[in-house]
Amino acid sequence: MTGPGYDPVIQAERIALVDLLDRVLSGGVVIIGDITLSIAEVDLVRVSLRALVTSISGLMEAMDEPREYN
Amino acid sequence: MTANRGWVWMYGVTGEPPGAFADGAAGVGGVPPRTITAAGLTAVVGDVGDGEYGEAALRRNLEDLDWLARTARAHHAILEAAAERGPVVPMRLATLFTSDAGVTGTLRDRAEDFRKALSLIGARSEWGVKAYAVKPADPAGAPGRPAAGPDGQATGPGAAYLQRRRAQLTASKDASSEAMASARTVYAELSRFAVSSRLYPPQAPDLAGQQAPMVLNAAYLVADERAGEFATAIDDLIATHRFVQLTLTGPWPAYSFVGEGDGSGPR
Repeated sequence: MTGPGYDPVIQAERIALVDLLDRVLSGGVVIIGDITLSIAEVDLVRVSLRALVTSISGLMEAMDEPREYN
Repeated sequence: MTANRGWVWMYGVTGEPPGAFADGAAGVGGVPPRTITAAGLTAVVGDVGDGEYGEAALRRNLEDLDWLARTARAHHAILEAAAERGPVVPMRLATLFTSDAGVTGTLRDRAEDFRKALSLIGARSEWGVKAYAVKPADPAGAPGRPAAGPDGQATGPGAAYLQRRRAQLTASKDASSEAMASARTVYAELSRFAVSSRLYPPQAPDLAGQQAPMVLNAAYLVADERAGEFATAIDDLIATHRFVQLTLTGPWPAYSFVGEGDGSGPR
């Protein structure tokens, strides 16, 4: 999803997702299940996720008027 | 290696079985949850197909934002539904077993840890508090001030610009250190109402969907009977700290207070 047409609902969902990912990827009980994804791999996921989201919002900023603090 | 058998996705652990989930409560993979009981504990699990959740597929899918978002939300939805009926110890995302036997074994092997965690989080909820550094309206030296020199001497446009710019930079630096100081105060103040607290790294502005830099990303475990006091304390802090904008999220299942090495943050 890289096209225009983001609305406030999608934006709000993404904000909540970040809080959720903080918790589900670095909280919770770690069990050695039958598949073990190490902490390092989860961190890699976070890094690539960050890069992905950054490129999306960079696009949005380019479409927006520049904003300033009051 | 198991072929074509699917996996058992483990959401979390409760003491009493949480009872039937609402019709249409779809978990990860769109599959409704079920429970497995052993050692006086109940695991909330779901059966997921082999295709998306094998080791290689999972590694690939976790890199896919849409898949990760969908899966994280489904994991969370089931935990939230369970948490409405009583304490639930969340598992980290993507805790998978090849069969029920693996889940049963885990309940038995870790029974004491699960019971400890359940008693820690019983009648308590997790709340998230984030603070963003903001500049209060009308800082000293705001653009548009008259450009007269301090002792009334004539100043040209260049000198006026320089003076204004210096004032802006000073205000900006002050605002930033005020925000950091406020974040520390907020964290400590709110900890007084919490059984335990934990700090997460601040989220990057782009990731958080906010332009203002985040200066605090904290989680608190608060007794349910103190939730009102906690919320009032946040309102008071909002009123007294102009350099930060505070947001409250929750109640969350107690994700941040059940793992090893979690618990109290710095006090």
